[in-house]
Amino acid sequence: MPTLAIHNGRVIDPALGRDGIADVVIVDGRIARVGPNEGDMVVEAERIDATGMIVTPGFVDLHTHLREPGFEYKETIATGTAAAARGGYTTVCAMPNTSPALDSRSAVESVLREAESSGRVRVLPIGCITIGRLGKELAPQNELIEAGVVAISDDGDAVADPSLMRHALAYSTAFGLPVAQHCEDPSLVRDGQMHEGWVATRLGLRGRPASAEETLVARDIALAELSGAHLHICHISTAGSVALVAAARARGAHVTAEVTPHHLTLTHEEVAFGDDYRHIRYNTLAKVNPPLREEADLVALAEALRDGVIDAIATDHAPHAVSDKEIEFAFAAPGLTMLETSFGLSMRLVHEGLISLPVLIERMTIGPVRAWRLDERTGIAGLGTLAPGAPADVAILDPNAEWTVEPESFASKGKNTPLGGRTLRGRVLATIYGGAVVFETDRVGAY
Amino acid sequence: MTTTANNPPASGEAGAPLGVRGGVWNHHHVLDLDDFALPEIEMVLNLADRMREVLDRRIARVPALRGYTIVNLFYEPSTRTRASFELAGKVLGADVISVNSTTSSVVKGESLIDTVRTLRAMRADAIVMRHSLSGAPYLAAEHTDASIINAGDGAHAHPTQALLDLYTIRSRIGDLRGKRVVMVGDIAHSRVARSDMWGLTALGAEVVVCGPPTLLPRGLKASDRPAHAESALPPVTIETDIDRAIEGADVVMALRLQSERQQGGLLPSLREYSRLYQVTAERLSRAKPNHLLMHPGPKNEGVEIAASVAAGRHSIIEEQVTNGVAVRMALLYLLSGGSGLSGDPTGEAR
Repeated sequence: MPTLAIHNGRVIDPALGRDGIADVVIVDGRIARVGPNEGDMVVEAERIDATGMIVTPGFVDLHTHLREPGFEYKETIATGTAAAARGGYTTVCAMPNTSPALDSRSAVESVLREAESSGRVRVLPIGCITIGRLGKELAPQNELIEAGVVAISDDGDAVADPSLMRHALAYSTAFGLPVAQHCEDPSLVRDGQMHEGWVATRLGLRGRPASAEETLVARDIALAELSGAHLHICHISTAGSVALVAAARARGAHVTAEVTPHHLTLTHEEVAFGDDYRHIRYNTLAKVNPPLREEADLVALAEALRDGVIDAIATDHAPHAVSDKEIEFAFAAPGLTMLETSFGLSMRLVHEGLISLPVLIERMTIGPVRAWRLDERTGIAGLGTLAPGAPADVAILDPNAEWTVEPESFASKGKNTPLGGRTLRGRVLATIYGGAVVFETDRVGAY
Repeated sequence: MTTTANNPPASGEAGAPLGVRGGVWNHHHVLDLDDFALPEIEMVLNLADRMREVLDRRIARVPALRGYTIVNLFYEPSTRTRASFELAGKVLGADVISVNSTTSSVVKGESLIDTVRTLRAMRADAIVMRHSLSGAPYLAAEHTDASIINAGDGAHAHPTQALLDLYTIRSRIGDLRGKRVVMVGDIAHSRVARSDMWGLTALGAEVVVCGPPTLLPRGLKASDRPAHAESALPPVTIETDIDRAIEGADVVMALRLQSERQQGGLLPSLREYSRLYQVTAERLSRAKPNHLLMHPGPKNEGVEIAASVAAGRHSIIEEQVTNGVAVRMALLYLLSGGSGLSGDPTGEAR
């Protein structure tokens, strides 16, 4: 019986309210026991000494672009899930803006088959809201659920037509399916390259105003309340959106939200400025939709994350090839690669005293699972926890280790990060998926 | 990565400091005026004075840039800027060629990078670039060691137009400190306005920008920026009422209005625009009696400017054009590093 014991780490398992030194014993790919060393550490067990380290459930990402099928030059399921493993993630929800888009049973099943053979961690597909993500006709929700999707989204584009969105939401109530919307009104962001504000003015770039997000958040909340549907706000990015979600939740609307590590920590200044305001750049690596916002938005997002108005940190990992980014700013593809820097970047909030470490871990583990009821939806009891019987998905972390981001060493094919060369404080030391070590640094070694 | 785009490369003649009236020139590229210190602007303007003398000679030709190759790479149609650069280069004895890539042939991908690398491989020393996308010259500057001169990029910058505007104003009124310069029109989409704001405020002018709210860019008001970013945009006053803006002006500049702005829903009609914002003789009566009237061209007479004032006695629009050649000669000379010259760019070859 293959066993693994993670010895003497500080175990943070927010779902069970656990935070203390304990051993985690894994048998047959499942959590067997978490508790003080009772001397029952099986002799034949492989042991990881986690003294001085943090041991948590493996991270769960509600928003990953794996790019396969169709854009394998940007990322594949193999490389994307390897990146996930390096980032402490054991479950990633794969966005359907592939080619073909995931709007049919066969497309979803092909992703699951590929994940089965080449995936390093669990892949849960997200289906399209509309056929081909074209915003014209609804995709077959029941067929997609049967094929294995955990939510639907046309991410990258919003479902612009209010009537169609209304029906998508209403129809989803038959299945309790989360409808995840990329909230930016297309007519308000047309040709927009970055956040509308003083930095865009300096660069002479057309802006994407905060109100483009807020008007769609407000609209979709109203439409969701009409039918009692579950609306999920992808990568929420403005203080105004946060207020709308908070008010909706206070009314009892079924609205959940995610925020990315970059929207929590980087501002629109990232696009234009390095060390001073005298010299500008057009940093396509910081081009992302929705765009990086302003200081006041970051503050509101961190507070909402702390208070639970935002359920989850999601990466919006969006790998691109060099040729997608090393071009004119307006032609550059939006998005940045994030799985491998997510924990280190998000830890900035903990180091700055904005949220506690257990809350951060909550928002990266059980928070996203509960937001989409992923455990029920997948039939995987204990997903996002270290409860006995749960799959042995574990991250081992050092919240204080400093490391320098070297994109060329990423497992992801996407090297597109504005963080290259920067020092992050907080590091993933090892990741265990289903009882198997899928990533480890030399800081941990089984012995 | 691009923060050093304007620093000269570690080796190469262009980085050699060149003393012109006491200053030090260290721009390898000219992308905008935001990173020009006051002495650098003054160096260009002072040298342009001497270039203007050359232009006024009976045979306007000196060999200062002999052996220097300039490529005009225009991705957007332009008559005056391209002709101005061509003449500037030719007067100084440079080899000048022009490459026009119509907008329709602009394809995504690495074509821009490929193009500037190819031109450099052909030994182009300077590439004068006009592009419809903001930031395109910055991308080019990252991928070649030829000097990139921004001849207008999208809605971002047009530094040589700004320099010729500064030169023209200075040649008429001298010291710009405290002088009220008013720009009227489509500020949000104007690369000329952006570069002029940097240059004019650097020379100490009081700059007022005026237009309908839909054509004013966000964040230009200092109070719309965080305190730490106060210097990130030039200090200007914003005004939506043209009469208040023009009151007491020393210089009034009308900007071209693109008709697309109406189709985009930014304006109700050209008629309403011209009623509200056209620079007319009556409105100019509020300016100082000896005010100057400018326009970067090409003009829409009857829209942003009344034909009578464009041709009137305060207008220095044609002078702007002539000065444009002189200013571009000065810039090209400075960028060339003055190699092989006696130090007097206006003299005959030795």
